[in-house]
Amino acid sequence: MVTTRGFIGRQRSSRDPRLPPGQYDAGKDWPVLHAEATPSIDTANWTFTIDGLVDTPTSWTWDEIHALEPDRYEGAIHCVTTWSKFGMTFDGVSIDTLLEITGVRDEAAYVMARSHTGYTTNLPIEDVVDGRAWVVWDVNGAPLDDIHGGPARLLVPHLYFWKSAKWVSGLKFMAEDEQGFWERNGYHDHGDPWLEQRYQGD
Amino acid sequence: MPASSSWQTAVVAAIGPEASHAKTFRLRLTEPRTHRPGQFYVVRLTAPDGYHAQRDYSVASSPGGEDIEITVEMLPDGEVSGFLHNVVEVGDVLEVRGPVGRFFSWDGATPILGLAGGSGVVPLMSMLRLARRANRPDLMRLVVSVRSPADLYYADEISGPETTVVYTREAPAGSSRPVGRLTAEDVRPLVESDREVYVCGSAGFCDGATNLLLEVGVDVQRIRVSRWGPTS
Ligand SMILES: Cc1cc2nc3c(=O)[nH]c(=O)nc-3n(C[C@H](O)[C@H](O)[C@H](O)COP(=O)(O)OP(=O)(O)OC[C@H]3O[C@@H](n4cnc5c(N)ncnc54)[C@H](O)[C@@H]3O)c2cc1C
Repeated sequence: MVTTRGFIGRQRSSRDPRLPPGQYDAGKDWPVLHAEATPSIDTANWTFTIDGLVDTPTSWTWDEIHALEPDRYEGAIHCVTTWSKFGMTFDGVSIDTLLEITGVRDEAAYVMARSHTGYTTNLPIEDVVDGRAWVVWDVNGAPLDDIHGGPARLLVPHLYFWKSAKWVSGLKFMAEDEQGFWERNGYHDHGDPWLEQRYQGD
Repeated sequence: MPASSSWQTAVVAAIGPEASHAKTFRLRLTEPRTHRPGQFYVVRLTAPDGYHAQRDYSVASSPGGEDIEITVEMLPDGEVSGFLHNVVEVGDVLEVRGPVGRFFSWDGATPILGLAGGSGVVPLMSMLRLARRANRPDLMRLVVSVRSPADLYYADEISGPETTVVYTREAPAGSSRPVGRLTAEDVRPLVESDREVYVCGSAGFCDGATNLLLEVGVDVQRIRVSRWGPTS
């Protein structure tokens, strides 16, 4: 460990134990960070598709996905740029509910999430099943706006937020891992905030 | 594992004022690496008890030198920027890793337009320096938006036929453009060609600039954005 001369760190005594290392509480702010221009996607044309190594590849329209059993996440989100937010409520549908419809083949080990903008991000299958990932359209009781990924985004709150693809359009189940957009650009393949998995090699 | 993913130490070789609230740090890497302009390094500070803080800083210098330069804006209450400004001295050792960020990097051959707000000029300065050094100033058009002349980074070097400076609050004596935020009229004459556009700065600046670009007809696919800062 190389210590930095004179560095103590900002007042840490009152640090919130819910904050992963290196994160600060953004409070009421919700910073916006994405590489693309913000798209505006009409719910009339919106679809969400699960394909790849599943038994029954399926697409849902906006109305069809809203007809499924609703689910909710309440808790924190963590961005790789070092802010976290607590007390968030997201409404949508659990990925488990969608997989009950499509099934998943035994060979499937990884998932590529993709967006209506062409953005992609990769995840191990364990991180999107068993109540750990959702497709969400409402945040804190109001529709998700365009800049935060509306009309619907993926939500994988236990990983850094770039994994929670904005403007999500689908999940592809795969046998082998492939890198998504930020991962090809040097970000970590997994992205666990408690392990500070920010960049490749962390 | 790519070489840029491992931490290395860098000695602070020089520190100089760059603008009000901004300083440039020259870092001598133990293992020099080439970067593409637009990429950044991660700087990690570690306290004696193991606590650490890390932040991303774009490279300001052009590729190829022995050292890299970063320019850091001091934010009110900023943990890392405050430490770099107030505590770090020449001869200190910092841990860094990089270069990172291929998405916002420039290949040095495609004609580009850069729009920068505040410290967002840093990666675009690396691009401008490369274009000039290669004797290809035609490759780059740069618009920088600053509050006042005192906030202009690289003031001695940045002006030139490639560069337009937009002053939002206070302009130098004799400026023809009235003070105010970037407008469609500022960017329209610069987007006529097939230039790729690089937008960099705070979230607010980036959103404003992106909307202007869309308004004057730039294809969304040609716009790359790098945002930072805690603004919601
Ligand atoms: C790709 C990339 C490239 C970048 N390049 C540059 C560059 O070239 N130059 C540059 O200057 N910056 C750059 N940045 C931004 C830089 O990484 C840092 O975010 C910036 O320096 C602020 O860090 P800090 O530690 O000083 O501030 P932080 O401590 O992170 O705080 C930032 C602000 O948030 C608020 N805040 C944070 N924590 C708390 C807290 N616990 N309590 C209250 N308020 C808090 C404060 O108001 C503060 O002003 C870049 C960012 C990215 C993502």
